Amino acid sequence: MNEFSILGKPTPRVDGIAKVTGKAEYTADLSVTGMLYGQVLRSPYPHARILSIDTSRAEHLPGVRGVITGKDFNGFRHGFMVHTRDESPLAPDKVRFVGDEVAAVAAIDPDIAQEAVELIRVEYEILPAVFDPEEAMREGAPDIHDHVQRNISTEMHMNFGNVEAAFAQADHIREDRFFSQSVLHGFLESHACIAKYEEPGKFTFWGSKQSPYFPYRNLASAFKVPLSNVRVIQPCVGGGFGGKNDTFALDYCAVLLSQKTGHPVKFVYDIEDVLMAGRRRHPMNIFLKTGVKKDGTLLATECKVIADGGAYTAVGPMTIYLAGTFLTLPYKLPNLKYDALRAYTNKPVSVAQRGHGVPQTRFAADCQLDLIAKDLGLDPVEIRLKNAIEPGHVTVNKFHISSCGLKETINRASNLVNWKERRAEFAKEREQGGRYLRGLGLACNGFMSGARLHGHTACAIIVKIHEDGTVSVLPGATDSGQGAETVLATITAELLGIAVKDVHVSRVDSFLTPVDPGSYGSRVTSTAGPALMIAVGKCKDRLAEVAATILNIQPDKLDFKDRKVYVKESPEKAIPFGKLCRLTYQHGSGQVVIGEGYFGQEVDLPNWDTGEGDVANTYTFGSQVAEVEVDRETGRIKLQRMVVGHDLGKMLNPLIVEGQHDGSIYGGMGQALYEECLNEDGMTLNPSILDYKMPTSLDMPRVMESINVETNDPIGPFGAKESAEGTQVSTVPAIVNAIYDATGIMFTDLPITPEKVLRALEKKEKGGAKDAPAGI
Amino acid sequence: MADITLLVNGIKHSLKVKENVTLLQVLRDRLGLTGAKVGCDCGDCGTCTVIVDGEPLLSCIALAVEMEEKAIQTIEGLAQDGQLHPLQQSFHEHGAVQCGFCTPGMIMSAKALLDKNPKPTEYEVRRAISGNSCRCTGYDKPVKAIIAVAESRSHTKGEF
Repeated sequence: MNEFSILGKPTPRVDGIAKVTGKAEYTADLSVTGMLYGQVLRSPYPHARILSIDTSRAEHLPGVRGVITGKDFNGFRHGFMVHTRDESPLAPDKVRFVGDEVAAVAAIDPDIAQEAVELIRVEYEILPAVFDPEEAMREGAPDIHDHVQRNISTEMHMNFGNVEAAFAQADHIREDRFFSQSVLHGFLESHACIAKYEEPGKFTFWGSKQSPYFPYRNLASAFKVPLSNVRVIQPCVGGGFGGKNDTFALDYCAVLLSQKTGHPVKFVYDIEDVLMAGRRRHPMNIFLKTGVKKDGTLLATECKVIADGGAYTAVGPMTIYLAGTFLTLPYKLPNLKYDALRAYTNKPVSVAQRGHGVPQTRFAADCQLDLIAKDLGLDPVEIRLKNAIEPGHVTVNKFHISSCGLKETINRASNLVNWKERRAEFAKEREQGGRYLRGLGLACNGFMSGARLHGHTACAIIVKIHEDGTVSVLPGATDSGQGAETVLATITAELLGIAVKDVHVSRVDSFLTPVDPGSYGSRVTSTAGPALMIAVGKCKDRLAEVAATILNIQPDKLDFKDRKVYVKESPEKAIPFGKLCRLTYQHGSGQVVIGEGYFGQEVDLPNWDTGEGDVANTYTFGSQVAEVEVDRETGRIKLQRMVVGHDLGKMLNPLIVEGQHDGSIYGGMGQALYEECLNEDGMTLNPSILDYKMPTSLDMPRVMESINVETNDPIGPFGAKESAEGTQVSTVPAIVNAIYDATGIMFTDLPITPEKVLRALEKKEKGGAKDAPAGI
Repeated sequence: MADITLLVNGIKHSLKVKENVTLLQVLRDRLGLTGAKVGCDCGDCGTCTVIVDGEPLLSCIALAVEMEEKAIQTIEGLAQDGQLHPLQQSFHEHGAVQCGFCTPGMIMSAKALLDKNPKPTEYEVRRAISGNSCRCTGYDKPVKAIIAVAESRSHTKGEF
C-alpha cells in the first residue's frame, strides 16, 4: 500500500539529464562579457608579519587591470559570530598559515594573472609558528592572534547531571584517548566565482556555494551596500559537504577587483589551493572517561576535547558545541561533562564537514563502547540495545526525541549479516591462523534533522503556478549535489497531483528567491520541505476555490491527482489540472496563483552557554555494520561490506536516500582507512588528489546495503527526517570496531594505515598488552 | 602558435593554438564544450576524460597539438538525435549522478570500456572507472548503471 503517487518511489533526479549530457553549468563553465581573470597570492610562511607589499611590477605588467591587497578592504573582518570576526578577505598585516591570501590581481587572461601575482614582492618578518593545539595553548607559545590568551579560539563547557556521583556508583570505568585526523571535504569542483560590479553599488555574484545567502550577507557588509543590491546567483554546485558555506578570499576579491576595474572578474581556485590551503574537518584529540554498570548500562561520560582549529575561528564554536551536545545521542546517558578547547594553530582553517563535529566524538564513544563491552563480556549488539534511546526520551541536555527507530535499525542491520553466527565463524577462522583476519563491527548514530541555530534559521519557498498547469518553485535552499531540487520537485508534484516534469525548481537567485540559512545541518528536506508544503497548500486552496465554483461543490470535497482535480465522491466530475489553472487565471478579471511559505524550528533556542536544549525539531538515528578483512602480511584493510540501517522517518525517494548513504560510507571509509592532510611545519605534504588518497572504485566495498526504517515523524514533511549526514557519523566507528573484532586491537588514531596495522600486529604478537588500545 | 585540425564529435575544427595549450583548454575555451571538467588539472581525478581514437584520455594533460586528425569524442557527442546514449540514460535512472561534476568523465571512461569489452566483469568496470574520483556516490550506483547497460546490450544489438 502506497498512499503516494510519486513519493517513496525511485524518481531520477530532475537535474540528471543536464548532468549526464554535460550541459549542467558549474561556475567555472560560465563566462560573462568583458570578463577578467583573477588570481591570488598566498603566503609561503605559516606565521609572518607583512612589513610591506610592492605591487608596482605586477601593476605594470601588460594585461593586468587591477591589483589589491588586504588594506583595500578597509579593516573589514568576518566570522561566524560578532566576537569571532578574526578573518580578513586578504591578510592586511599578518599571515597565519601557509596559503593565507595576501594579494589578488585581475588580468585579461589567466596566464597573465598568474605571472602578475608572481611579480608582487612581499616583505615578511617571519614569526615563530605553532602547529600542535596543545603546544599552542602552553605558556610562551607564539600568539597567533593579538589579545587572545593561550591561542584559545573558542571553548565550550557542559555539565549535566552529576558525573562524579555517577562514577562513584559505577561498576566499571574506562578512560581512553582517541584522535580523529584532519580530512578534506573532497569535492572535485574547486571554489570558483564571478563578480560583476555595476554602479551605483550593485553587483551580481555567481559562485559555487552550498549556502549562497552567506556571501549575500557577507558581501553586502564588506562593501557596505544594501542587501537588495547584492544579487547572488547559484550555478550548479560540484559538491560541498560543509566546505562551501563560507565566503572566501576569492569571493571578496572578485567583487572588489570588479569594482576597481569596471569589468566582471572570474576566479577559479586550483585543486592545489583547496588541498593545501582550503578548509577541512576539525582534528580532535578526545579524552573519554565512561562509567557503566555491570550489565552495561551507561551511567556517565566525561569528555575532554582539544580541537585543532587552524588559523581562524570560522564556524568552530558550533563544531565544538555539536561535538559535545551530541554525546547524549544515540544512547541513554544520564550524566555528561564536556570540556572542549579549540586552539588556533598556524595551519589551514578547520570547519564543518558532513556530520559537523559529531563524527569525531561518536567515533571515540562508539569505539570505547566496544572496549567496555569486551571488558564486561557483553556483545556489541547487546550493549547497544540495552542503552538505545527510545521514542519520547528526553536527554539529560534536554533533547526531546519524538520518533526514534534506533533499536529497529540495530536489530535489522545485525540480523541482515547474521551477526552472531558470522562473528563466531570469523573467530573460528582466526584461530586457524590464516593470512586474513576477518571481523564485524557495529556502531550507531544520532543526528539533527534540520539544525536550529541563532538568528534566521527558517527556510522559505515561493511557488508559482503557471496558467498552463506547470509550476515554478523558487526555494532559498541549495542543491549542492545531494538532491534537494529533486526532493522539492517531487513533493510539489505529489501535492498538486501532477507529474514531476511539470515542476521546475529554480536555483538560488537572491533577487528572486527567498532568503535561506543555507544547505547545512541536514535542513533541506526537513525544513524547506514543510515550507514548500505551506506554499503549495496556498496555491492549492486558490485553485480548489475556483474548481469548487465550477463543479458546484465544497472545496474540501476535491482531490488533486493524475493531473486532474476531481470530486472525491464522484471522480468522473473532474477538471484537467492545466485547464483549471487557465480558468483560474481568467477567473473574474484574472487571478495569479502564487503561494509562499516559511518554516522554522518549533523549538526554543538552545542555551549556547550551557549546551542545554534542542538543536533541531527532530532527530534521526541509525546503525551500521561493517565487515573487514585485514591482511596480516601487508597490513592492508579491505572493507568488504557495509550495511546501513537508518531511521529516516519516511522514505521520499530511495534513489536519493541510498545515494546519500553510499556517500557517507565513502567519506567515512576514507577517513577511517586512507585520508589525512599531512602537515609538516605548516606545509601540507600531500596537496594532490593522487597523494591525498580518497578511496577509488576498486577500494569500495562490493556490498553496500541500505535498510530504511520508517518511523513517521510527527514534525517532518510526510513524516520524513534527514538522511544526508547522520550516516557518516557512525561509519568510522563501525569500521574501527570491525578491525577491533578482526585483530583484537582497538586503533585509536585515524587513519588506520597498513603501517599502523603491521606495527600493532607485530607488537601484539610480541606479547604486548592484549586487546589494548593502540595509540599508534 | 600552431595550426591544428581537430575532429571533435564528428565535426572538423581548424584552429590556431598556442603549443602549450591542452586539449581540455581547447575544448572548453575555444569550442564551448564545457562538459569535460577542470578538476585537478594534472591527471589525477578523471573529470576531464574524453575518448580519443577509442581510448579514454585525460584531456588536461594532453596537448592539443598532439590531437591532429584524431577522432575525439566528448560527453556532448554521446546523445544522438535527442536520444540519450544508453550509458547516460542508465546513469540517470540508477541515481548514479549526484553533484554531477565527475559524471561526464566517468561516463566517457565507461563508454571506452564497453566499446572494447561489451560484457565486462564487475571488477573490469571498477577498474575502468578507478581513475575517476567521485566524492558523492561511493561508486556503487555508477558501477550498477554501467553493468546494467552491458547486460541490456546482450538483448539488443547496437553500437555504443
